Amino acid sequence: MTTGTSTETLPFPGLREVPGADAAQTRKDFTSDQEVRWCPGCGDYAVLAAVQGFLPELGLRRENIVFISGIGCSSRFPYYLDTFGMHSIHGRAPAIATGLATSREDLSVWVVTGDGDALSIGGNHLIHALRRNVNMTILLFNNRIYGLTKGQYSPTSEPGKVTKSTPMGSLDNPFNPVSLALGAEATFVARTVDSDRRHLTEVLRAAAAHRGTSLVEIYQNCPIFNDGAFDAVKDNDTRDDAIIPLRHGEPIRFGRDRRLGVVRDPATGALGIAEDPADADVLVHDAHAPDPSTAFALSRLTDSGVLSHAPVGIFRQVKAATYDDSAREQVSVAAQGTGERREALAGLLSSGDTWTVV
Amino acid sequence: MTKQVQQLDRVIIRFAGDSGDGMQLTGDRFTQETASFGNDLSTLPNFPAEIRAPQGTLPGVSSFQVHLADHDILTPGDAPDVLVAMNPAALKANLADLRRGATVIVDSHDFTKRNLSKAGYADSPLEDDSLDGYDVHALELTDMTVEAVKEFGLSRKDASRAKNMFALGLLSWMYGRPTESTTAFLERRFASAPSIRDANVEAFRAGWNFGETTEAFSVQYEIKPAPMVPGTYRNITGNLALAYGLVAGSTQSGLPLFLGSYPITPASDILHELSKHKRFGVTTFQAEDEIAGIGAALGAAFGGALGVTTTSGPGLALKSETIGLAVMTELPLLVVDVQRGGPSTGLPTKTEQADLLQAMFGRNGEAPVPIIAPKSPADCFDAAIEATRIAVTYRTPVMLLSDGYLANGSEPWHIPEVADLPVIDPAFATEPNHESAKGDPEFWPYLRDEQTLARPWARPGTAGLEHRIGGLEKGEGHGNISYDPANHDHMVRTRAEKVARIARDIPPTEVDDPLDEQGRGASVLVLGWGSTYGPIGAAVRQVRSAGHPVAQAHLRHLNPFPEDLGDVLRRYDTVMVPEMNLGQLSMLLRARFLVDVVGYNQVRGLPLRAAELAEAITKEITR
Repeated sequence: MTTGTSTETLPFPGLREVPGADAAQTRKDFTSDQEVRWCPGCGDYAVLAAVQGFLPELGLRRENIVFISGIGCSSRFPYYLDTFGMHSIHGRAPAIATGLATSREDLSVWVVTGDGDALSIGGNHLIHALRRNVNMTILLFNNRIYGLTKGQYSPTSEPGKVTKSTPMGSLDNPFNPVSLALGAEATFVARTVDSDRRHLTEVLRAAAAHRGTSLVEIYQNCPIFNDGAFDAVKDNDTRDDAIIPLRHGEPIRFGRDRRLGVVRDPATGALGIAEDPADADVLVHDAHAPDPSTAFALSRLTDSGVLSHAPVGIFRQVKAATYDDSAREQVSVAAQGTGERREALAGLLSSGDTWTVV
Repeated sequence: MTKQVQQLDRVIIRFAGDSGDGMQLTGDRFTQETASFGNDLSTLPNFPAEIRAPQGTLPGVSSFQVHLADHDILTPGDAPDVLVAMNPAALKANLADLRRGATVIVDSHDFTKRNLSKAGYADSPLEDDSLDGYDVHALELTDMTVEAVKEFGLSRKDASRAKNMFALGLLSWMYGRPTESTTAFLERRFASAPSIRDANVEAFRAGWNFGETTEAFSVQYEIKPAPMVPGTYRNITGNLALAYGLVAGSTQSGLPLFLGSYPITPASDILHELSKHKRFGVTTFQAEDEIAGIGAALGAAFGGALGVTTTSGPGLALKSETIGLAVMTELPLLVVDVQRGGPSTGLPTKTEQADLLQAMFGRNGEAPVPIIAPKSPADCFDAAIEATRIAVTYRTPVMLLSDGYLANGSEPWHIPEVADLPVIDPAFATEPNHESAKGDPEFWPYLRDEQTLARPWARPGTAGLEHRIGGLEKGEGHGNISYDPANHDHMVRTRAEKVARIARDIPPTEVDDPLDEQGRGASVLVLGWGSTYGPIGAAVRQVRSAGHPVAQAHLRHLNPFPEDLGDVLRRYDTVMVPEMNLGQLSMLLRARFLVDVVGYNQVRGLPLRAAELAEAITKEITR
């Protein structure tokens, strides 16, 4: 995961209307005076540090950046950034951000949410934000557990999970957030890991630069209620075989000595992992493919139970009309030739069938 | 033949038919003709929730009532003088409402055995004595229409669809309505289908000509224009006036309007209307649900827009949590509730005033929200501007309570001069308002205006004003999260006080209490709110003309109440509160002022009837 991408060279500049900063910024410029209050060892610290470290790179005016969150551990995020922010209510951040992003083209709008916030109570808003393709970046912290309410299973927990609310094991099948996003035809879908600062930053950079809704699933460890959920992709001993790295235009080969590869079953078209496949058989990742089907098939290589394999990287990155651009376009087209507002208002009020009494 | 012309001072006409018969359109056209003639008028559309209920059945009946007069009137009227019934079901569903001796015009074509039985008639009411006492005109409306339009080559079915225009033509003749606007309307409406256009225009003319030549109607009626204040007028429904009021609130505040809404009866027309006015900088967002509608509106408000959401009772229930967030974040937001019959899905197309307590208390915690209610269709315009003014000035969500009757009912509206509309200053924060311990300028999002207690509204994009707000309790002034017990107590009281202080900024209660020759006023006050203004006003006139003194007052501001309201109530021996609920304002008045008001409550899904209310008021006075 080395391919660096600067925002200028990305194909779909998402931040073109946002004013740039007058001077170089540092991490300190984005650090608020509030004490960070996550549990010791929480993966959220790493994500916060990565975001604070990466925002200066964007080179945007700090006052034109807005973070909106819902409810949950990760949703405290906006308090720790010295930008504009709103810590809203459970599940609704994408809806609130939709209104803000649609009414203000000059803002870089970010949503911080978790697996419960985005996929359970707020599932409806998430899928509709994704299908509309509103210009915003959604950071979905997935720790596969409810943290703030102290340890119930979440909509991404593996089936059979024993928690406070499921002493005999949970019964429901989990969502795969990437599959869900691709099902909603999201135009930018990526997955990264809290502890891999470099990859996280690289994905954030591409997500921020994308025009439209970017969904970034971040595997995030909860050391209190679900410690080790992502060990397979984090441990030095296992991660090379566990992470299926996705890089646009490159064959999907991984594992020690690159002995594993993603191949397509010629009979069914399904994707699978093969040992020592021939070069010609290895799938070349195409994040820019207009059809999301192959990206979806890749997302299915993620284990729904205890994690042992997961594709990581940018699944999909395609250009499409955004809701907010189109909505502003309608307003500006309609406004052409309207003239002075109050005169136009007088015209509106006296439109239709009128009569005059003298 | 020469017809007699008889003067009337007023008439109430109801058009009724199947929900596919075009009765709303017919009524609407008759209303437009009446408006342009210069009568005062008031209308009451009444239709089923089903788009096309089973044809010919009682649940499928749709009606439109219009009251027109040569003097100012307040209601669509209790008992129609004229009923136009296009089928047996329409006759059956409406007959009981008519005054004795009323004129009944029916399309006898539809009085077949099958249709009669669908409506529950064993025998034809045209052939037995069930219509004795009415002036019945059984006309072959369908056949005459088909005959009149045969030259246009339509199928019999299509041709017969124009029978509503035949009926409109006949009624237009009977009451001497001008016809030009309807002809022009039909030409516009069916411009793309010439044969249908011509058939409708011809049916309309044929109806008029039939009235002029037939011996069935010997009298034409004349209702002179009503004296009105000089100015330009148009007929307007409450939903249209409310939409215009929102556009005006946006223009007068300079704030771009952002509507986040989910379709719901009877509020959807506001969304439809606003979506036509993007040229005023209006953005309309049809959200995935009610919660997203208000969420997006609140997000836009955070960004410095005039955030609006429109809904009805069930939708308001879903929006509760976000309204609480708006209370906590102290952002301006308009929540429009066009009330309908409840609870739950209730009566979607019928009117009610039973969301007052939901508006007042329907949130967790102490979450005060100002409440404003328009009193008539045209008043929805002014009420929307007033709601905007309060929301923007006090940085608070404001509840605007319209209802199904106001939404679809109409009346003449004296179009205001834009220059006379209030100007609303958003007064955005532009610079730091505080100094840090180190002496650096900083921004405190909860440092309040001393008079209004409003906090600063700082838009993203304003340098140096970066701040975080949210649903967690904030410390007074600095706005950081605070769990301090004393701070929470202070903030709860401050939010309450902020809303309470709006009372200083609204007009005192206007009491209409004419003194008698001895200089004495009434002992009974009738106090209402919202759309009961019309029926209460009409009832009060009836009581007074019968020689009984009675006072009337009407509340536009339900929270806070005008400062003098308690004193006003205590001046009267009896305070009577008519409402289309089981006593919600009564409960608030009793709790607040310890005045034992007398309720008058009906929840029939229809406006109160003035005559019944007058009787109840008289009983109270003469007790």
